[in-house]
Amino acid sequence: MDYEISTINTIAREIAQVARGMGLDFYPVNFEIVPAETLYTFGAYGMPVRFTHWSFGKAFYKMKIQYDLNLSRIYELVINTNPAYAFLLEGNHITQNKLVIGHVYAHVDFFKNNRYFSRTPKDMVERMGAHAEKIRDYELQYGRELIERTLDAVLSIQEHVDYRAHIGDNEIMENVPYVSNNRSCDRTCTAKTKNKLNLEKKKRTKRASFPYEDLWGDLLEDEYKCLPQPEYEDLLYYIMKFAPGLEDWQRDLVSIVREESLYFYPQIETKIINEGWATFWHARIMHELDLTDAESLEFALMHSQVVQPSRMGLNPYYLGVKIWESLAKAKSDDELFEIREIENDLSFIRNHLTRELVEELNLFNYRKVGAHWQVTETEWEKVRDNLVQQLINGGHPRIVVIEGDYEGKGGLYLKHRHEGIDLDVVYLEKTLTLVQFLWGKAVVLETVVDTKKVIYESFNGLVSRRQMPRAGGETV
Amino acid sequence: MDDGIIVSRDDWSLHRKGYLDQTRHKEKVEEVIKQQLGDLIVDESIILTDGKKNTKIPMRSLEEFRFRYDFNKRNHTGQGTKKMVPGEIMGREKAKGKGSTGSGAGEQPGEDIYEAEVSYEDLANILFEELKLPNLDDKKRPLIAHDCPEFNDVRKKGLMANVDKKRTLLESIKRQAFSPKKNNEARLKITPEDLRFKTWETRPNFETNAVILAMMDTSGSMGQFEKYIARTFFFWMVRFLRLKYEHVEIRFLAHHTEAKEVTEEEFFTRGESGGTRCSSVYKFALELIERQYPAAHHNIYPIHFTDGDNIGSDNSRALSLMKNLVEVSQVVGYGEILRTHYSSTLMSTLKRITDPKLRLVTIRDRSEVYVALKTVFS
Repeated sequence: MDYEISTINTIAREIAQVARGMGLDFYPVNFEIVPAETLYTFGAYGMPVRFTHWSFGKAFYKMKIQYDLNLSRIYELVINTNPAYAFLLEGNHITQNKLVIGHVYAHVDFFKNNRYFSRTPKDMVERMGAHAEKIRDYELQYGRELIERTLDAVLSIQEHVDYRAHIGDNEIMENVPYVSNNRSCDRTCTAKTKNKLNLEKKKRTKRASFPYEDLWGDLLEDEYKCLPQPEYEDLLYYIMKFAPGLEDWQRDLVSIVREESLYFYPQIETKIINEGWATFWHARIMHELDLTDAESLEFALMHSQVVQPSRMGLNPYYLGVKIWESLAKAKSDDELFEIREIENDLSFIRNHLTRELVEELNLFNYRKVGAHWQVTETEWEKVRDNLVQQLINGGHPRIVVIEGDYEGKGGLYLKHRHEGIDLDVVYLEKTLTLVQFLWGKAVVLETVVDTKKVIYESFNGLVSRRQMPRAGGETV
Repeated sequence: MDDGIIVSRDDWSLHRKGYLDQTRHKEKVEEVIKQQLGDLIVDESIILTDGKKNTKIPMRSLEEFRFRYDFNKRNHTGQGTKKMVPGEIMGREKAKGKGSTGSGAGEQPGEDIYEAEVSYEDLANILFEELKLPNLDDKKRPLIAHDCPEFNDVRKKGLMANVDKKRTLLESIKRQAFSPKKNNEARLKITPEDLRFKTWETRPNFETNAVILAMMDTSGSMGQFEKYIARTFFFWMVRFLRLKYEHVEIRFLAHHTEAKEVTEEEFFTRGESGGTRCSSVYKFALELIERQYPAAHHNIYPIHFTDGDNIGSDNSRALSLMKNLVEVSQVVGYGEILRTHYSSTLMSTLKRITDPKLRLVTIRDRSEVYVALKTVFS
């Protein structure tokens, strides 16, 4: 056993005891010491083993450049499995390793106890290894080009899985609104539709005549809505199941990407709370340890680097740890443990980002006004709500499947559930052609651009755009 | 083990996955460069350096498309080092390719600049892959066909006149470096074994006689943009011809209401004023052909660039001269550089000639130079 291994062994044991003593509850952890290059390779792929794709190469290159230029440094990488894997950077100082190991235990505690992780497979390293092997076999069998083309398309919609269905009870997702042409409420509905049209007309003629009118409008509309629209959030699953022209191995690729996406999703939606939690605990643990003056200084330096406010955007470590620290002032440890069990970023921000914090951290909203980026709001509630909005659905637009036999020609009809922010139109068109590649037949996406309802249709690599008729156009 | 702690170290040195996928990414970026040729070849930095330098092309890395929000249309949240006041300006829109130092404004998604270095030669090779002199006629051989020696091998025996000095010296140095006896005098000695000779193969020269008549409108109506486009076209044309064909003659003719022959340098730099009479240059070209390049022995390629703003009364004369020109030539290129969206009268007049040897192109945008090159030389 080399020196580094034996010291880490000792430290890990010591810190595990301290952490357990403070109430953290984690899976056993396998530590592995790796050189920097390996560490950022894992960082780029999210796993020690994963299938091959150029996008990972791009991420790897970016991380490598950042490391080479000394812009960023990864100290550790923790894999959410049981036992957990933690990769530590070779050559970390002893104090650094103490901090990092404390950080790791807190992450593993979070993975084990937070309910958003309750359904993630605990043997994901092996599974992803198997996926990688399968895809390599497919490459040999069907050619790299074709695999890459399919993966390009599948990865472009990898976020569009129904992560909630996956987290809740294990229901079988078979009752899908496939070929739902006849779902529109026929007779009973016509009168209501008319009413609705009238209503809309009225609404248009007297705009903003009283406050909260828009709220009323929504309520009234809801009342007149006939049936709940059958829609389906798991785009990947839908394509895997129903895309008319896919080969079996392509469906398998979709299924692989979907499984990995579902595994990673909870990590995306708990970034702030989880990093905050780990940072909060590594600081607490370090305070429990007997450190020499020099060690304390080194710890303080490293800790301050971790929580350095970022100049652009928000440093999740910093924001997270600040919220946890403010919670710790008012709450007992048991209450803190409960919060780490039941919350994700969205609820964490919504429930615990206070006025004091927004002011202390100098948070503000900004947006583009003309050619300038301008501060728009500093009121704490607006800042909080804006952050919350950015976290909805993991920060991704919500795209749902409306039907799989559009116009009776087997087209796929998608709808963007517009929540106030338009889509990036260039990206939309490119992505739509990728989806069309998977679906085989025409793919249509309904969205709103500059307050107008717009339909994009992709077929044979061409994307066309048309405005939806304003009135009576409610065909979906 | 208590606490289930295992600490280990593995050998990951053969784990090259990141590099492999990075290579693939790079390959894909290069494919994209090929697709962007149209934009690249009109880049000032290339035209102005006369193609001697490598050009670095700021290149976004390959984008990973997905459904995403419009970054410019949404509210963001940032963190300041001090109290911020609504209305405060944090930064301007980023200048192309340059990171801004303002707080917040720099974080544009997908804005990874990837510097792809492309040498002028690479660019030319990719570009010229598809170009050729069309309708080149083999019958029009030069009167004296000559064999062309090509040195392409090195041997130990040969004619003293063809000794390869550099390789011979290298051999000598190598031999002495290997020899067990240290030669203290350090004097290079060349033994007969060191000698290396260049040898050649003779290949019949299939070169045919070709002449290009580059004609350009230099009248007052040719603005900066028009001149730039014409210049770019001819720049690549000249390079392409010199690279691919050894004995192609290029004559430069400039015209406004009068036509005259100019040097290459003048052709690319001079601007004049006055009206436009295209027939003048056609007439000049026809005379030149008659005097120096009899059609029976030459492949003739007249290429004319103008803004199409021809004097109306001249159109019918230009048309009949153009017909003559088409007859004696292999291909005639006529390019109109238009920034407005109507076809000019000269173009519509010339459209009456149905001979496929006349190739008409209209350039409205910088990126169309590439298409024009492909139209004329294919």
